[in-house]
Amino acid sequence: MWKRIRESRLLWPFVAWIIILAFDAIVEPGFFRLGIIEDPVYGKHLYGNLVDIFNNGAPLMLVAIGMTLVIATGGVDLSVGAVIAISAAMGAVLINPALGNQLITNDILTKNATNTPLPLIILADLAAGTLCGLWNGILVSRAKIQPMVATLILMVAGRGIAQLITNGQIMTIYYTPYFWFGNGYILGLPVSIYIVAVVFLLAWLLVRKTAIGLFVESVGINAKSTYYSGINEQNVKLLAYTFCGFCGAIAGLILSSYVHSADGNNNGLNYELDAILAVVMGGTLMSGGRFSMFASVIGAVVIWTFTVTVYSLGVPANALLAAKAVLVMVVILLYSDYTRRFMNRLFERRGTQHGTAD
Amino acid sequence: MVQQIKPFFLRYGPLLTTIAIFILAYITGGQMYPAMQKPQVFFNLFINDGSLLLVSIGMTLVILTGGIDLSVGGVLALTSTASAALLRMGVSPYIVIPLMICVGVGFGSMLGWIIQYLKVQPFIATLMGLFFARGMAYIISLTSVTITNDVYKTLALTPIYIPFIPRAYVYPTTLVAPVILLVAIYLSFFTRFGRTIYAMGNNEQSALLMGLSVARTKVAVYAFSGFCSALAGIVFSMSLLAGYGQFATGMELDAIASVVMGGTSLSGGVGNVIGTLFGVLIHGTIVSILQFNGTLSSWWTRIGVGALTLIFIGVQSLFYLKKKPSQGQ
Amino acid sequence: MAEAQDIIRMQGIAKSFPGVIALEAVDFSLRKGEIHALMGENGAGKSTLIKVLTGVEQPDRGTIELDGKPIQVRSPQHSQELGISTVYQEVNLCTNISVAENIMLGHEPHRFGSIDWRKMNELASKAINRLSIDVDVTQPLGNYSVAIQQMVAITRALEVLSAKVLILDEPTSSLDIHETDLLFAVMRNLKKEGIGIIFITHFLDQVYQIADRITVLRNGKLVGTFEAASLPRVELVAKMLGRSLTELNAMSKTRSQEEENKEKQTLMEAKGLGLTGSLDPVDLELNSNEILGLAGLLGSGRTEVANLIFGVDAPDKGSLTVCGEKAERFSPLESLKRGVALCPENRKAEGIVGDLTIRENIILALQARCGWFKFLSRQEQDQIADKYIKLLGIVTPSPDQLVKNLSGGNQQKVILARWLATDPKVLILDEPTRGIDVGAKTEIQKLVMKLAEEGKSCVFISSELEEVLRISHRVVVMRDRKKAAEYAGDVDDQTLIHTMAGEL
Repeated sequence: MWKRIRESRLLWPFVAWIIILAFDAIVEPGFFRLGIIEDPVYGKHLYGNLVDIFNNGAPLMLVAIGMTLVIATGGVDLSVGAVIAISAAMGAVLINPALGNQLITNDILTKNATNTPLPLIILADLAAGTLCGLWNGILVSRAKIQPMVATLILMVAGRGIAQLITNGQIMTIYYTPYFWFGNGYILGLPVSIYIVAVVFLLAWLLVRKTAIGLFVESVGINAKSTYYSGINEQNVKLLAYTFCGFCGAIAGLILSSYVHSADGNNNGLNYELDAILAVVMGGTLMSGGRFSMFASVIGAVVIWTFTVTVYSLGVPANALLAAKAVLVMVVILLYSDYTRRFMNRLFERRGTQHGTAD
Repeated sequence: MVQQIKPFFLRYGPLLTTIAIFILAYITGGQMYPAMQKPQVFFNLFINDGSLLLVSIGMTLVILTGGIDLSVGGVLALTSTASAALLRMGVSPYIVIPLMICVGVGFGSMLGWIIQYLKVQPFIATLMGLFFARGMAYIISLTSVTITNDVYKTLALTPIYIPFIPRAYVYPTTLVAPVILLVAIYLSFFTRFGRTIYAMGNNEQSALLMGLSVARTKVAVYAFSGFCSALAGIVFSMSLLAGYGQFATGMELDAIASVVMGGTSLSGGVGNVIGTLFGVLIHGTIVSILQFNGTLSSWWTRIGVGALTLIFIGVQSLFYLKKKPSQGQ
Repeated sequence: MAEAQDIIRMQGIAKSFPGVIALEAVDFSLRKGEIHALMGENGAGKSTLIKVLTGVEQPDRGTIELDGKPIQVRSPQHSQELGISTVYQEVNLCTNISVAENIMLGHEPHRFGSIDWRKMNELASKAINRLSIDVDVTQPLGNYSVAIQQMVAITRALEVLSAKVLILDEPTSSLDIHETDLLFAVMRNLKKEGIGIIFITHFLDQVYQIADRITVLRNGKLVGTFEAASLPRVELVAKMLGRSLTELNAMSKTRSQEEENKEKQTLMEAKGLGLTGSLDPVDLELNSNEILGLAGLLGSGRTEVANLIFGVDAPDKGSLTVCGEKAERFSPLESLKRGVALCPENRKAEGIVGDLTIRENIILALQARCGWFKFLSRQEQDQIADKYIKLLGIVTPSPDQLVKNLSGGNQQKVILARWLATDPKVLILDEPTRGIDVGAKTEIQKLVMKLAEEGKSCVFISSELEEVLRISHRVVVMRDRKKAAEYAGDVDDQTLIHTMAGEL
């Protein structure tokens, strides 16, 4: 039993989470306070730090789900931040009531109206993100460019594309139904939590109820053996990157809805870094192989708990970066070979290991 | 004759391509916007992109070893903010500048040590460095810190006129990057340290078997990159007479793109700092053209840089793919 | 000169790895100015012996003497300092820097704090001229052929490290005849200078061309050291392949059943199947219920045949017909659908997926055929895994063990299980018994024979002649990437040895 717990991928992220929450409980007794508030638009709903963690952390959780698959194949996707920006820009432009108008007045721009029906906007958002993912996947699986380099290209160019879409402006959105994704509530809980739950469930079904999860792990562990076993390892990679783009698109939708605007420069800034951190914290190795999307989601929750904690301590938002770096450092040390070996020596009872010779 | 030309092209092809593209871009710009024909525009490339060049030089050496340094922009921001804050406290610039350089070198060596001895992937370790350095900059000051120090002002604003070219000038700070470029050329071509960088970038195992001090070189290379970033931070703060944690966001990507455009292979061992100079110049030229155009906006820079990076990766694979030793079979 | 001057004397060297004894009390000596060939098939212990000598591995027992003084080689660097240098088939140099640097780096001349390039190039030229070859030392090493790269590696070893002992590990396997001659000329020169050379190769011709003495290893044991001039080629091959394992002779082929099967069905037919630069066109026929042995020394083209049939490499010549259907597209997945399976030679790199469980490894190929969306339920997976764990006698506490923790023999059975689960018609086994202990070997051999009885057709590739002869109904001998001959299963081993040695 102890062994199972110790080997579980969920152990460390949970331990980290509990440590941070315990810290909050001691330092800030009010941290866990939950209340119910009446919102003029969305009715009664819960509020409090815990709700914020999940609501604000939703985009990161989504991106972490996609990133988990990519990292499990032994790759990495640095373009998720840019994909978020592209998706946000796509949404904002399609809403823009002034689109196509000859005469643009402030009245038209700030009207609570949309140019394109909402379902179409969502579809376009998702399509844009998925296309970005597909592009990454093709570069990695077919053109055989190293993942870091291939996705770096979209990371650089993607924000440019996002600005191209919005014509370089920070587009404020005035269409209220669009706000629902990032600000709305269902049964007193933020909509974004439901979206994460649905995407996670879908991803989980896709990965664990089909052979895809097995193939992804197999590719990440030993791509050559996988190919020799008759699995099309290129398509497995293609799928992982495409799915990661899809997740980025939904994250972009929620994020732009939450901040009521699309800003090619700042939407999803540093998300690629946070997502990688979340996945690593969730115990998926950067070299690929075994993964747990749930552990990555917990990793994302830990990052946001940490963020909210630091905020509530009154540390300015920008200085948070240094604090996060310390967190990364701790995580890196925890997951480094040295620690691993040290832990193994502590726990391992010898005898079960049979070395292989040749 | 042909036999001599072919290896020459294989060896210098990417560099020549980079130079040709730079000249082509510059001439095109000049044709489109006659104002770009002024010599000063050329020198402005160095004035405006001085810190990018500095950072890219450090990045080139790191990439040549097969690694990557994402912390450069952070270190730049940190040193600019820290120096501005120290100057405001009345510390002499003659203490501040060496101190900042020490901070950069120390920071880089730390990252190198983590990468070499804790076996953390370079891009993760330096990502952490980026976060940390930027965060520290914000802890020092949340807002932009202006510099009023006279030494800085003099260094920043005294024009140095270029001989023989009328009305063309640079600033003293502009000269830092070319000097460091010369240092980097010396290091990479005329010292064992430099040749070890190339050797380990090609095959770390072989370099180790050849008895070269791989571990020390790796740490030193990140330290050098930290040194370059710290210098870039000082140059940056001098030219803007301010220090701010938000300086140079995304510069690591511009630097990587410049290095790649300069013909250096991201898998290590191939390329040189001279190419990087032209990579940075191409970057600067694109920015200048967009500025002269006025209607085309800055986002085209990013798309252009991205597209060029992709093209150059393609060009590189054309030049290098056949030359790579067939691994295994 | 009468008393042989031994530079190197290794005595009673033993080394074991978990589960495998790699070396068992091996003696080896190298004289001054001698070319000494080290022979043996894969897993014979050649590479372990070299690793012990070069400090990569530490021996469990035994002594090493250099020039009569006992030494302990701590690391590869240390061995270089002692004057023992190795040149590998995959040259351990850096292709991106110049030839001169590759020779001189680490001991390069300096002038005014910078590398003195002119002097370095001069020294390097002089050094490489010692081998009487003409190379522009300022060019990147990668511009030159592997042969020249090897010369550069040799030069570095001699010049910078002033080596007294040179180990050449399979230096000729990627050289053409002309380059090989060049290398041999260099080796003869060095021999005259009194340098001792250990030459590892699997090319018999070359051994007789150049070696003074031959040491043969088999299964980690020393077979003997012989003067090359007095050891007939056939005897050498016999010694390398060995004939032990008498306890297995109880097993015999079910020949009677084969006789009953009069109307033989051709299941698979390769006509002129070949790939430029890898395999000359080969004709191969495989009948149902048949085990076709593919014999040949290492590098003879036997693995290439397997890879072409299985579609790892796409052939550019000839055709392949399986069950009457001509193969159009080549990839492992296509082969899988065709009913062809391959247990690859390199178990670790191409076979197992180490961090997956036994169960997952077993169902991998079956799942690949089912596709992404028809996922086998956990129940089905467990059933299949249990079935094959029992059937093949895989020793494990549970199917959820990681495959990397199994012994070599059990890993091999897992791969076999992976393919049996797909119910293939043709099973290609490339060295299925290499590097596993005797007991597991027998089991796998029995298994293959049983499979053939039950209606599978097998191509059995092995460098152990005895094994091939014991279980095959027909034997094809490969040599020099060509099909050399084809025999019925009752051929005697002498004939096979002669064919493999190129004397028939």
